[in-house]
Amino acid sequence: MIETHELSELIHEIEGYARGFGLDFFPVIFEMLDFEEINMVASYGGFPTRYPHWRFGMQYDYMGKSYGYGLHRIYEMVINNNPCYAYLLNSNQPVDQKLVIGHVYAHCDFFKNNAYFGGTNRKMMNEMANHGIRIQRYMDRIGREEVENFIDVCSSLENLIDPTALFGEGLGRGTAESEDGPDGEDVPRLRSKEYMDSFINPPAYIERMRRAQEEERKKQEKFPASDVKDVLGFLIDCAPLPGWKRDVLSIIREEAYYFVPQAQTKIMNEGWASYWHEKIMTEKSLCPSELIDFADHHSGTLAVQPGQLNPYKLGYELYHDIERRWNSGRFGAEYDACDNYDQRENWDTGAGLGREKIFQARAVYNDMTFIDEFLTEEFCREQKLFTYAMNDRTGNWEIDSRSFARVKETLLFSLTNMGQPYISVVDANFENRGELYLKHRFDGIPLRVDYARATMENLHAIWSRPVHVQTVVDDAITLYSWDGSNHRERMLGEKSAA
Amino acid sequence: MGQRIDRDLRRFRQIVRGVVKKELRKYMKSGELLGRRGRNVVSIPIRQIEIPTFRHETRKMGGVGQGDGAEGQPIGVGEGNQPGVAGNAPGQHALEVDVSFEELAAIMAEELELPNIHPRAREVIEADAGRYSTISNTGPESLRHFRRTFREALKRQIASGSYNYRQPVIIPIKEDRRYRARRTIRRPETNAVILYIMDVSGSMGDEQKDIVRNESFWINTWLKSQYKGLETRYVIHDAQAREVDEDTFFHTRESGGTRISSAYQLAAKMLAEQFAPEEWNIYIFHFSDGDNWGGGDTQQCFNLMEEFLLPSVNLFCYGQVASPYGSGAFITDLASHFDGHDNLVLSEINSKDEIYDSIRAFLGKGR
Repeated sequence: MIETHELSELIHEIEGYARGFGLDFFPVIFEMLDFEEINMVASYGGFPTRYPHWRFGMQYDYMGKSYGYGLHRIYEMVINNNPCYAYLLNSNQPVDQKLVIGHVYAHCDFFKNNAYFGGTNRKMMNEMANHGIRIQRYMDRIGREEVENFIDVCSSLENLIDPTALFGEGLGRGTAESEDGPDGEDVPRLRSKEYMDSFINPPAYIERMRRAQEEERKKQEKFPASDVKDVLGFLIDCAPLPGWKRDVLSIIREEAYYFVPQAQTKIMNEGWASYWHEKIMTEKSLCPSELIDFADHHSGTLAVQPGQLNPYKLGYELYHDIERRWNSGRFGAEYDACDNYDQRENWDTGAGLGREKIFQARAVYNDMTFIDEFLTEEFCREQKLFTYAMNDRTGNWEIDSRSFARVKETLLFSLTNMGQPYISVVDANFENRGELYLKHRFDGIPLRVDYARATMENLHAIWSRPVHVQTVVDDAITLYSWDGSNHRERMLGEKSAA
Repeated sequence: MGQRIDRDLRRFRQIVRGVVKKELRKYMKSGELLGRRGRNVVSIPIRQIEIPTFRHETRKMGGVGQGDGAEGQPIGVGEGNQPGVAGNAPGQHALEVDVSFEELAAIMAEELELPNIHPRAREVIEADAGRYSTISNTGPESLRHFRRTFREALKRQIASGSYNYRQPVIIPIKEDRRYRARRTIRRPETNAVILYIMDVSGSMGDEQKDIVRNESFWINTWLKSQYKGLETRYVIHDAQAREVDEDTFFHTRESGGTRISSAYQLAAKMLAEQFAPEEWNIYIFHFSDGDNWGGGDTQQCFNLMEEFLLPSVNLFCYGQVASPYGSGAFITDLASHFDGHDNLVLSEINSKDEIYDSIRAFLGKGR
């Protein structure tokens, strides 16, 4: 335990160090919680005023238990908001508090400066409270059970969103406005004298243009005109829902989008915070008597379970690697072209750009682009990265490969679309019967059938007409259908035809 | 904030309860809860309340790890333990919910419509029903006894000579503090014993034993919720009977014939020596395939039951488990001999599907 005035001195001190290093953050409000309270806040995803739902209770039950068994402990939580809220566990030792406060400031810097957080609502604390009140009102009016069941249905579709939608127009929902297509009356012709016309505008060309136009027109008739990845947004606009359901769905969607950047930058964000808490502690704040405890805690944060990947560790090591490389000038065409091992090993132009580079990286990348850009073969070897796969014969997960290309590919795949299957609305009037047709973009990993079926039932509860999902099963394009009472499965063709 | 999470937690428990209740028949049939017993809780895997989403087939997915090891070496990553590179919530754990035995018994009571038991015998045993009538050196500040604390401080200051009667300032230190504390009082509590008797003759196979094991789990759960102190004893018999521990009870297989009276004799002896009927609520559950030795043994059983067992026990349950060799005549003999006897319950269990009804028959008496 630590007294409040001591803590506020610590906070002040560490804020100074953080600013000294060039970190730039929103004001931070610290709150001290005991472990039950912090588990509670964590169950609500950091927002104590969130709408009521049993799954938060479930989360709490689980956390309380695993805390009891000593399996996990939450030292801090930081909420992306302006001002940032940081929850600290009050039983942390003073040295832990220092480390954690440094960690918190780095997170806040990341929230404020990383481009992917640019589109998030910085008044989310208030927004979540509003959502809570709105949902509570619906419960009072319509009945708790019914609203709760509908929230279950919506949460089941939570991952059917488009992470890129946070850029550009933001979350404003403009779906498929049918623009006026080309008049289509006549194919545009190049100007020509009459006797030259059949040469300048040959019939074959006219025919081709006409066909293209025809296709364009067909596309216009299709609804939605192009595939919609933001399935939730599409449902809000087009599904036949009463007002309160539409509102609940839009609440779930808004909250899902709010959490997107956090899922997209886990490695970068945790790596950044670990990098800075270490810097602040070892260069500024650590007392000699605290060294052992600090080392213990810090190495715990960066520890790697056998065979697993720790995002804290990966991010932390990557920032260090980038700093080293840009300090010694190991980048650019000349370095890339060099294939002399000795030369590469001892490469040092004295560029000294490391610090600048990591600040730039934290501003413009997300996990996927970060890994794509900065994961090098040397790094992969040094860090002993490998891919694993299920060996169907033995039923074990086994180390599959240590090849750089495989590691990078697998890692990037797991980060694509936040690791979720890529599914979009293709047709909302399938077979001209108002049936919803979704397509799963197949990247080599099939869907889990039992979950897919259960999810389709929930989709049907919203769309209220039959629902279809096209995917690939055992190299065959397959269409799963649910018409409200029966599941069907139909083969559409071979994968190569896709 | 506290209330908020409590409400959601309560709702979650309610949902779990609903699912367990709905699945109770299945659990009774399959016996899958037996392997999930803890000291005070049963962890029940509950898939039904998981919120489904479109997700990848994890077995086909694989991932990236870090550390030593050659290609082809197994790593300890189980299902659902994909590395935490994606997702921001700690939501990827198998759904297993701990339900306490009390709660499970309550669910059973609701689903099977079991009446509460009116205990028969009374015995004095210790129970923690305290009142704040004593003083202790430790305790929460809210229970601090001001006067006693002051007195201790005064005593100490006088003894150490720091008390100044001109300026009588008393400053209690930590050692002086006294707190109100609970006193445990003794109060009569009811006690019960369950005596399980099982036929382990050659005709009782593994499937039959599974049924018995299954039933005993639910019977224990129920009776445990009804009595504070519950003892269980086990007797096996073929042509001879002996008392064994739980493990032996379920794993012994003999090849001999069947003489049921041997077990009843041992039971009568145990009751006479250890469990006086006026002090104990006694339950006897006997499982057999009903194929008793001829030559008047059945008659001998009747005599033992009439003279000693039935008058002493709350409930005498006989479950006849059908074996591959068919079902014996013991149950029909009992039925015709003891027609309409109040504390005798007979039940025929031909397959695992009938466990549910048999438990209901056994425990539905409210005795």
